[in-house]
Amino acid sequence: MAERRGNWDKAEDDLPVYLARPGTADQVPRQKYGGLFCNVEGAFESKTIDFDALSVGQRGSRTPRTARRETGQEARSPDSDRKISPVEESPAASKQGGKHSPRVEFSTSGSKEVLQNLGDEKSERLLVKGGRIVNDDQSFHADIYMEDGVIKQIGDNLIVPGGVKTVEANGKMVIPGGIDIHTHFQMPYRGTTTVDDFAQGSKAALAGGTTMIVDHVIPDPGCSLMEAYDQWRQWADEKSCCDYSLHVDITHWNDSVKQEVESLIKEKGVNSFQVYMAYKDYYQMSNSELYDIFSFLAERGGIAEVHAENGEIIAEEQARMLQMGITGPEGHVLSRPEELEAEAVFRAITIASQTNCPLYVTRVMSKSAADIISQARKRGNVVFGEPITASLGTDGTHYWSKNWAKAASFVTSPPLSPDPTTPDYLNTMLSSGDLSVTGSAHCTFSVAQKAIGKDDFTQIPEGVNGVEERMSLIWDKAVTTGKMDENMFVAVTSTNAAKILNLYPRKGRIAVGSDADLVIWDTDSIRTITAKTHNSAAEYNIFEGMELRGAPQAVICQGKIVVEDGTLHVVSGVGRFIPCSAFPDFAYKRIKARKQLAVLRAVPRGMYDGPVSEFSMSRGGTPSASARTSPTKQPSRNLHHSGFSLAGPTIPDDIPIRPAGRRIVVPPGGRSNITSLS
Amino acid sequence: MSTAGEVPAFFKSIGSDSPARPRQKFCGMFCPVEGSADSKTLDFDALQAGKERSDGRVIDRQTDISQPRKVEIRESTGKEYLQNLDDKKSDRLLIKGGKIVNDDQSFCADIYMEDGVIKQIGENLIVPGGVKTIDAHGRMLMPGGIDVHTRFQMPDRGMVSADDFYQGTKAALAGGTTMIIDHVLPEPGVSLLSAFEQWREWADSKSCCDYSLHVDITEWHKGIQEDMETLVKDHGVNSFLVYLAYKDVFQLSDSQVYEVFSVIRDLGAIAQVHAENGDIVAEEQQKILEQGITGPEGHVLSRPEEVEAEAVNRSVTVANQTNCPLYVTKVMSKSAADVIAQARKKGTVVYGEPITASLGTDGSHYWSKNWAKAAAYVTSPPLSPDPTTPDYLNSLLSCGDLQVTGSAHCPFNTAQRAVGKDDFSLIPEGVNGTEERMSIIWDKCVVTGKMDENQFVSVTSTNAAKIFNMYPRKGRIAVGSDADLVLWDPDVTKIISAKSHNSTVEYNIFEGTEVRGGPLVVISQGKIVLEEGNLHTIEGSGRFVARKPFPDYVYKRIKARSRLAELRGVPRGLYDGPVCEVSVTPKTMTPASSAKNSPAKQPNQPVRNLHQSGFSLSGAQMDDNIPRRNTQRTLAPPGGRANITSLG
Repeated sequence: MAERRGNWDKAEDDLPVYLARPGTADQVPRQKYGGLFCNVEGAFESKTIDFDALSVGQRGSRTPRTARRETGQEARSPDSDRKISPVEESPAASKQGGKHSPRVEFSTSGSKEVLQNLGDEKSERLLVKGGRIVNDDQSFHADIYMEDGVIKQIGDNLIVPGGVKTVEANGKMVIPGGIDIHTHFQMPYRGTTTVDDFAQGSKAALAGGTTMIVDHVIPDPGCSLMEAYDQWRQWADEKSCCDYSLHVDITHWNDSVKQEVESLIKEKGVNSFQVYMAYKDYYQMSNSELYDIFSFLAERGGIAEVHAENGEIIAEEQARMLQMGITGPEGHVLSRPEELEAEAVFRAITIASQTNCPLYVTRVMSKSAADIISQARKRGNVVFGEPITASLGTDGTHYWSKNWAKAASFVTSPPLSPDPTTPDYLNTMLSSGDLSVTGSAHCTFSVAQKAIGKDDFTQIPEGVNGVEERMSLIWDKAVTTGKMDENMFVAVTSTNAAKILNLYPRKGRIAVGSDADLVIWDTDSIRTITAKTHNSAAEYNIFEGMELRGAPQAVICQGKIVVEDGTLHVVSGVGRFIPCSAFPDFAYKRIKARKQLAVLRAVPRGMYDGPVSEFSMSRGGTPSASARTSPTKQPSRNLHHSGFSLAGPTIPDDIPIRPAGRRIVVPPGGRSNITSLS
Repeated sequence: MSTAGEVPAFFKSIGSDSPARPRQKFCGMFCPVEGSADSKTLDFDALQAGKERSDGRVIDRQTDISQPRKVEIRESTGKEYLQNLDDKKSDRLLIKGGKIVNDDQSFCADIYMEDGVIKQIGENLIVPGGVKTIDAHGRMLMPGGIDVHTRFQMPDRGMVSADDFYQGTKAALAGGTTMIIDHVLPEPGVSLLSAFEQWREWADSKSCCDYSLHVDITEWHKGIQEDMETLVKDHGVNSFLVYLAYKDVFQLSDSQVYEVFSVIRDLGAIAQVHAENGDIVAEEQQKILEQGITGPEGHVLSRPEEVEAEAVNRSVTVANQTNCPLYVTKVMSKSAADVIAQARKKGTVVYGEPITASLGTDGSHYWSKNWAKAAAYVTSPPLSPDPTTPDYLNSLLSCGDLQVTGSAHCPFNTAQRAVGKDDFSLIPEGVNGTEERMSIIWDKCVVTGKMDENQFVSVTSTNAAKIFNMYPRKGRIAVGSDADLVLWDPDVTKIISAKSHNSTVEYNIFEGTEVRGGPLVVISQGKIVLEEGNLHTIEGSGRFVARKPFPDYVYKRIKARSRLAELRGVPRGLYDGPVCEVSVTPKTMTPASSAKNSPAKQPNQPVRNLHQSGFSLSGAQMDDNIPRRNTQRTLAPPGGRANITSLG
């Protein structure tokens, strides 16, 4: 923001009044509200920066703060005006600053403390000085003081107690820690487990600047959701090095699952549930079940996540590939063309729109799927798309690698698109806001595990790495190329995810009262990704050899420094479960408004009393009943034989709404008026 | 362009005013479709005398027929009855002075036909004596319409739709349609062949015009596949309809649709689809009935157009995967039409069929206070409540994004509709439209300037004939084609009403619509069946038109693609690194993936279960004989890792 405004200095006098002098280089007060670049409504809530004090003579009145937030009186120090002086206002300047490389300095002011300050009461205090705070709506210079894992003050010349460790950011960006909204750590798969457990995985996450992960609980079909949830909680509580939250996957659907979903929402802090449209005969849900689940989630305030691929056609295509003798990883992508992904996305959007349920499409891997999401958003559907590190960073040409192990390491579903222009396209859509959040779908298997499918690509365990590379990759592909600015970067890596999960502004924002999950981002560092140095336990890195610009210089998680200059100080098991509450405003404000509008009314008409033809019930209309038992429905009926004699006279009995045809004789008075030609 | 010197050389010779310069006939800017002149007797050079363009656009000529003129039917010598029944000579007919309108060009010429076939086209024809002559006075003479979608005499739960083949084809002829293609709808459990025979019997005994039959696939098993083969090879059927709607009755699952499409492609037929998501419709119907909405408005509320668009999108995807040509019946909404248009732009071989109802009216009538009127509009997919839909569909039809028009004529009378008086989901579905089809399209598209008369011929007749492989026998005025012609009067206006229509139902969904343009004379099988509003139809005179598989119009592209679509695996060494051992998954999943036994698969190659196949939980598997599936542990060789697993 500051950069943009900087350019206007010379043209100041030519500008319309409302644009004049925004953010000039001298001490002219800046306009905070109502201008051309005014912020998102409510974006200043829960900040301690006193804009009134800052912007003398401007109309920016203080926005009311949420009651529970501390207002932080200390922040309003009398001479905080100084902070608007331009420290570095243009990318060029910041780049230059990078060349002089002002290192981030860590210093402890008073008593001697160990770096991580474990067990030391005082040491939970940390001051980040001289950084440029980047939120999703604006960037500004201020110091941050945090205590007990929570940001206590933001501003200049903070009054802090003694004995505070200080990190000198030297003008570098301080961004909210990344939230990886999609991981599969320690995922059981047919008796083996992904090689990255919660310790390994969250360590990799922290190394990449991600301070919170949201993992997927996958109950086996037929098993209790609650038990699976407890199991995942136990694994994660033991091992996770950073805060985490959980999505729960709905792999089967019946009344007891429904109850479990309800109690997960109400008592267990889960607000997002994933359904699968792929994995036929295993996880796949029928359209009717999807309709039921979406209706239910819409009622209870959950987010419906969907793995979008047409499983039925995939099953057919897989059989065809194997028949043709294609057994290598290239068969994986050949049997899952991107059209099938786009088709399923389209279908999911249709069902979500019918049920008025917010939809979240996990793993957007192809251009056409992204296009469908973008079109749906333009039509007004509440739908969010999640591209993953892999789809943003690499493409599916590697499936044809001669090296089986390399090709197999790229296997994930939906597959990476063989179209090499896909990553650029998805990055553009992410920058334009058509796609909303980014995950990694980190789910790594060793080569030996992948080799389960050495003779049959359908057996290859699916999943790629990406939790560590996510932030750097997006920075490199989207910010350094000028597709998005640093604020948008924060939005797609952290803030939007926090909003969808209803954790905002606790997560995803640098503000007083927010969790002290911060990243000091070095825009100039360049590193080469390789399996030799990454923190995952897998032997392959799908981004192998890629040179990425931009990396975290220091990562602060729960108010503690966990990464500094490439050194990790993580403690397994310190990660807390962060419960997400239902009805996130980000999605449900619109849903609620629509619900009020969507009341349907019947046309009042007189009773029909004309003649009625006789008819047999043999071909019943289409009342209810899905093939698999759906909890809200009567027992299932055979798709093809229902209503015919071979299935017995079962149908009309339990459906009172369809009486057998009754003949109503023409009344003596002639035809009734409601049937006359109008 | 003011001086000829600025024009590139290759333009100079084309279409210049000088009559002395010979006109370029082929490969010029306005050259006709390749081969379109093949079966014509016209001598273009003689006709045009340098004043008309070779594409034959003579719209300006219409002006001189602005005054209504009567059509004169003269009988030259011998006395013959109008219809010339039983008279050998009488099958000869000469139409003089008409403007022949084909889909590619219009030109003035006389037509002589004999025995139901066009024998000569041209000027100053040499015809035998005793020929009945019609003087067209420069009016347009078009190939008779082909209504690609009718459901005459359709059984529905013990009832039969109000118009049987006689009544229906009579209405069709009255509207200028000389051929209909009806849908055979076998009840699930009935073999396709016996249903087909049943329909043949009904139609042969009653139809007044030529007809052909589509066959609907209402269930899927081995017997159906064999029936399809027989129908294609021996019975002249080349199109099959599958339903994505009517859950638990006709609906097929995605896997079944995939298999049906694969079979259809191998047979060289056209896959038609009734596109609505039946699962969602069933849920919505229940929800709306629970809300106490039982009237016809519930029908449209429970079938929103999104659900139609979704199903169209899905069937396009399946058709793409199987490389099968797709034909979407009853395009009723803007969004469904958009999906088709987009798919065509991406190269999919897909055709869209809007029907008379969707082109001529909208779904606002479902809210009529008159129950019987509202019920008369019930059809699936429903008419869109968006009143801009007809215009939009007419535009897409004009620009070629939609190709053919049907009527989906399947009316029920009010007493039959009243079966659903307390529950909209029981109302028998279907609207009228076979009689109104040509006039509505003329009125909405040609009169408004959206399309010209040639395009009108394509969408009402020629494209249908091409897609269903009856071209040029049907859908074209050319020597050797069937003598199914319509003398079209663009100036006649008519108000559509149930009082005057030829259908037997009490309601006409176009009631009160004033349409411009209508048939003046209709000739079917070389006989005059309509002249000056009088119908002379003979029950049972309609012939079954057998259609061959692999229509060029459709399959040229499909064949080229299937040659390209060969997939190859990557040749790699054997993987000899360590392999993780897998435990048997605790759950028992059904190993056979499709619920129904799928005929398309070989018995020893069942559809593979995505997750389970290759494991022992179900004992000996059918594919145990395929060695590549066994999970074997190969220890790492002593020399280290094999080269195929090394980095790079």
